[in-house]
Amino acid sequence: MILIYTENWDGKFKKLTYELVSYGSELAKQLNTNVVALSIGMVEDAELKTLGKYGASKVISINNDKLNTFDTQTYSTIISQIAERESANTIIIANNNIGKAISPRLSAKLKAGLVSGVENLPTSIAPFTVQKKVFTGKAYANIVIKSDIKILTLFQNSFGIIEADKDIEIENYNPADINLGTTVLETHKAGGKLLLGDAEIVVSGGRGMKTAENWKPIEELAELLGAGTACSRPVSDEGWRPHDEHVGQTGKIIAPNLYFAFGISGAIQHLGGVSSSKCIVAVNTDKDAPIFEAANYGLIGDARTILPEMIAAITKLKNS
Amino acid sequence: MNILVCLSHVPDTTTKVKFVDGKELNKTGVQWIINPWDELALTRALELKEGSGRKIKKVTVVNVGPKTTEPTIRKALAIGADNAIRINKEPLDAFSVANEILEVINKGDYQLIFTGIESSDYNSNSVGGILADLVGINSVSAVSGVDFENDSFKIKREIDGGYELVNVVLPAVLTVQKGIAINPRIPAMRGIMMAKRKPLQVVEPCNVEPLLEYVGYEMPKAKAACKYVETANELIDLLHNEAKVI
Repeated sequence: MILIYTENWDGKFKKLTYELVSYGSELAKQLNTNVVALSIGMVEDAELKTLGKYGASKVISINNDKLNTFDTQTYSTIISQIAERESANTIIIANNNIGKAISPRLSAKLKAGLVSGVENLPTSIAPFTVQKKVFTGKAYANIVIKSDIKILTLFQNSFGIIEADKDIEIENYNPADINLGTTVLETHKAGGKLLLGDAEIVVSGGRGMKTAENWKPIEELAELLGAGTACSRPVSDEGWRPHDEHVGQTGKIIAPNLYFAFGISGAIQHLGGVSSSKCIVAVNTDKDAPIFEAANYGLIGDARTILPEMIAAITKLKNS
Repeated sequence: MNILVCLSHVPDTTTKVKFVDGKELNKTGVQWIINPWDELALTRALELKEGSGRKIKKVTVVNVGPKTTEPTIRKALAIGADNAIRINKEPLDAFSVANEILEVINKGDYQLIFTGIESSDYNSNSVGGILADLVGINSVSAVSGVDFENDSFKIKREIDGGYELVNVVLPAVLTVQKGIAINPRIPAMRGIMMAKRKPLQVVEPCNVEPLLEYVGYEMPKAKAACKYVETANELIDLLHNEAKVI
């Protein structure tokens, strides 16, 4: 059985959730088994049932107020209990903040080999071999998981979603005594902002934008496209943009369908964070900038003058 | 109170990686550094110690690696760590590495254990969480800040769209990321001289079997050459009609 931990955001699932279930369902075909989802938190039955559309045959739902606090020890204990009860041989989790916190603890509890950040199905089932990026995107490693139970975290927006209508059963489960080791003192959350990992289009700026004030057209273009905004490391170091917008080796690693790099030279550390993007567009005054080697489309010119022209061209396209 | 910082010895982030027969990293000409997140963790650990009014006594660094990692460990001592432990073993996977560090924690007295959220070579995000679970203590992931106030640690962790400030029952493992310190501390001449005299203890491994085997490496497929355009209109037209991404 393949167990998938399906995180929710205010009671709702995301494309990322369905991507995980789709991945699990495709893997289940290879392993000739079924897919069970595990949801922790208050999620309505109608929402839980949507997991069936992507191939889950059962969802185990745990709803307990104490679990509103994310405590890695508690969450991983519950998931490992369910994995043992259901005899899971593969566990799939998102490679996001929550997944990165839980998956290694599960690996220790279940003596299960963990490969984080996979993008594709295993290349072989026996031996169980998966591929993942290493050296921050500079190479791929082929890794054999030798343990009976395997844990994979899936890189967001790498696999896509596949519909597979299944009847889905909902089971409610109450975990035994919950002892939280973490106390949340304060929560700070900006509402409404599109998360970079969820964004299918990302508009990003670098030092070539010259000043923080010049970000207005980047934000305008992003809004027009329903895109997220990002930046290179020097820009967040200068304080022109918040740190959570920094994409690159030491910042966020993203894989949108379309990535715009305005005034970004494309240092190797930056490319490590964006090279999985399906389409990269670079606008830079320096024709020798390394970003053009990574780009699908390039325009040599000043991003500050090109941006308004692009906004006009997209507005025209949208109105046509 | 003592802090342990786990260090990974990794190729410099600008290294153009190559492999020998697709089986192992070609180490020729590679410059080695402290994993960037571990270096930030060490910097913050030292700042916490210095600001603690002697309540934090010692910052120890630990590395699992052969003798060739010692210059990297010495650098950590030069930056300011009080002492170092090297577990004499080539790291094979996160599970076996965490099991080696477990022994160090069981024999020591550490209230906080820092690991970088990942290493810049294998990008596994694994050692910190596995270690916490093996020891049986709490862990907080995606930590971007720690303060020591009134004898307790206030931890800032990143969540989707923002952050939380949390307390955690100690001892605990914190896996840290960007933000934990602004810039890594650079060793001063005095630190480099002192580092030579600081204790670097070498311990033999317990050799727990790894769960993973890295069987080979491949380079990413070469991508098509960049298509250059002259105008914004031309670019938008191609993105719409050719790439079909807008």
